Formats: sequence, C-alpha cells, structure tokens
Amino acid sequence: MPKYSSRLLGLITVLLIFPAQLLAEDDSMLVLVSDTRRLKGLEAWWGNMYNEGHLAFALATVVAVPLAGVILGMLADVVMSRLGIDLKNRALAEH
Amino acid sequence: MDWLHALMPIAGIPIFWPGLVILGFGVGIIGGFFGMGGAWMVTPALNILGFPMAFAIGTDVTHMAGKSLISTMRHSKFGNVDYRLGFIMVFGTIGGFEAGAQMIMWLERIGQINLVVRWIYVVLLTLIAWMVFADVAKRKRKEREALTSGTKLDPLATGLEWHKRLHKINIPPMINFKVSGIRCSAWLPISISFLTGWLSGILGIGGGLVRMPALIYLLGIPTHIAVGTDLFEVAISGLYGAATYSYKGRVELVAALIMLCGAAVGAQIGTVATKYVKGYGIRIFFGLAVVGCELSIIMKLLSGIFPTVRPITDQAATVIVLGAVSAISLYILVAFLKGVRDERAQLRSEKAQAAHAG
Repeated sequence: MPKYSSRLLGLITVLLIFPAQLLAEDDSMLVLVSDTRRLKGLEAWWGNMYNEGHLAFALATVVAVPLAGVILGMLADVVMSRLGIDLKNRALAEH
Repeated sequence: MDWLHALMPIAGIPIFWPGLVILGFGVGIIGGFFGMGGAWMVTPALNILGFPMAFAIGTDVTHMAGKSLISTMRHSKFGNVDYRLGFIMVFGTIGGFEAGAQMIMWLERIGQINLVVRWIYVVLLTLIAWMVFADVAKRKRKEREALTSGTKLDPLATGLEWHKRLHKINIPPMINFKVSGIRCSAWLPISISFLTGWLSGILGIGGGLVRMPALIYLLGIPTHIAVGTDLFEVAISGLYGAATYSYKGRVELVAALIMLCGAAVGAQIGTVATKYVKGYGIRIFFGLAVVGCELSIIMKLLSGIFPTVRPITDQAATVIVLGAVSAISLYILVAFLKGVRDERAQLRSEKAQAAHAG
C-alpha cells in the first residue's frame, strides 16, 4: 500500500487540477454569487472566497472532503471497534 | 423550528439539515454494501430537499468522494480492495469518462439529448438486471445438478462465466491480480474501465452502477472484492467530479459535510454488513436496486412522452427512488444487526467454553 500512495497523490493532482480548469471554460453562461450579507464568521469567509474566484474554492473543497472523510471514518471506526466484532477478517464466499 | 434549518452559504437557501444526515446515512449504507456512489438516489433527493439541480449534482458528487473514501478504508481492512486493479482501471475510467462527456456535447448540439440518454439508461439497466438474475438462476441450476450428482459446488463458483473466455485473451502484458485471484491481459481491465467510464460520462453518473457488474461478470472477480475495488474507483472519480463542479461553482460544501456525518456511520454499517451476506445475496439486492432505478427512469420517460401525466409520473419516480433506498438500506441494516448479534453470541459461547475447559 505505501508504494502506491505517492503514485496516488501524483495522479490525483494531475487528474483534479488540470482537467478541472479545462472543463470550466464552457460554463460561463450562468454566474452565481453568494449573498454574504446574511452570513457571519466562517460562513461569510467561505462565501467571500466563492465570490472572489472559484480556484481557491475548488482547491479548498478538494482538500476538505477527503480530510473530513478520513476524520469521520476514523471516528466511526472507533465506535465500530467497541461493538466487539472482528473487523479485520471475513470469509470470501459467493453462496 | 428554525434550528432544524441551516442556511447554505453559496446557494443561499435554508435546508432541513436532519434530512441531509438521514440521506447521507441511507446512501452510505447502500454505497458501502454495493460499492456504488448512488448518484441516481442522492441527486433527486437533494432536489426534493430544495437544492437547484446544478447544486444537487455537484454536492452529491462531492459528498460521494468522502463517503466512498470511508467505505474504501473499511473494505481495505477486510482485504476487499485490489489496489493494483484499481490503479490500472483509473486510466481507462477517466479516458472513457471524457470520451462520454464529449459525446454528450455532440448530442447536445444535434438536440434530443435527454431522450437519447434516458433510453440508453433504460437499455443498459435492463441488460444489467437481466445479467444479475440470469446469473442467479444459472448458479441455482448448477447447485441442483451438484446435489443430484452428489458433488459439492465450489463456494466461489458463479453462474455466468463469460470472464473465463475473456481471460484467455493473450495480449501482453499479462498481469496477476493477487487480491482478486485472476490473471489476465492488462488490456482487459483497461478496456472494461474505458467502456464503463464512457457510459458514466454519457449518463452523468459516478459509474458504480455499471462498473460493479462489469467487474463481476466481465473480469470475474469475487463480489466482495468487486465492491471494495469499485468504491476505490468511485472515491477517485468522485474527487475528480468534486474538483470539476466546485471550479464551476456548483458545490455546496456545507451540505456535503453534513451528509458526510451520516454517511460516515452508514458507510461503516454497509461495509461491515458485507461480512454477513454471501456474494449472491449482494448480487440479488444489487439487481433489485437496478430495477428500482430503471423504474424511476421509465417514469421520467413517460413524463416526456405524455406531458399531461407528468405530475403523477414525476411523483411516482420520486416515490420509487426513495422507497427503493429505504427498503434496501433497511434490509442491510437488519443484516448488519443480526450479524453483529450472532457473532457476539458466538464469541461469548467460545469464551465460555474456553473458560469451562480451563
């Protein structure tokens, strides 16, 4: 697994950043703006980031989602490990 | 009851947040169990909760990346993820997806895009459902024959065995996939992933619905490993989708994160439930999910053909999707609870026997 992690990181960077910029070119028909007048604190910051440009917004999203997934997955792992079942082995059978 | 509604900072609309948690939980269970992202379930549900369609798709794809990552981590611990196969397939998937997306743009230029896409969807889902149930019937026939002849059927034996012919294709490089237990030409998974990626690009879906049966029936890998490996693919294509849609400004990250809270628990339950259900149990319920998805699309097609019945068919499509999600996640939840109860009882009895013997 560790030898694959560096390849995965490189692959994700290429796959995510480069095509995202190419594909975004044809989406200029509709411009949406976040109404930050109703927002406060972190939400207002997030809305302003969206309004100022989508690149930083996209990068923050791409970082935040897997990070949240890993953290929440680990927390759920802790809960599951308290069930007292074997979480590392399973029998492989089709029927 | 204002506290039950959260203001979405980008879309600027208040959303019933417990609905997002429940939705995340339900599709987390189904995704972890079947190895699919579940765009066909989440997008209409988000639309019902109040998201405009463009935000519904982008937010769904974004939450899918995180949810599939959680399921992949858990499946990986069970040894259900073939990373070598997953990495090889990524290239075909991305290439195929882009080819499909280009074809969609061409279809858009000549018109009738929605009709063409929905008909392709119906034909494809009919084929998948037929494959699943034909395979189940053939496997049952094999079992009856084995019983009659007094022999024992291999626990990994399957009904349809198209993969055996495909494995005979001898175009170098030939690769051993140890986790999946197969040896085939590298071009086979690349071609299959290109084809499934192309279909995903045309249909605008994550691809699990197409890739999972392709991994089983065309590559011939065991169901549990197909589920885990497919989730790995969904996580990567979900991240790609998250990047694309967020760059276009069509992602509501707050909603995706709220959904992830429910999905984190649901994905663990769905994944662990695969431990207590045999491969064919997963295949049969996958077939039923495909039928549910197909029925909802047929309703949408009827809306287009007969505009006067649109209010009824649109409602029916929603009821079918939400009904299928609820029924299947309930089945998986019950399988999980029953499995945990039985395993704990067995462990307790083993401990008691050991103490008694000691």
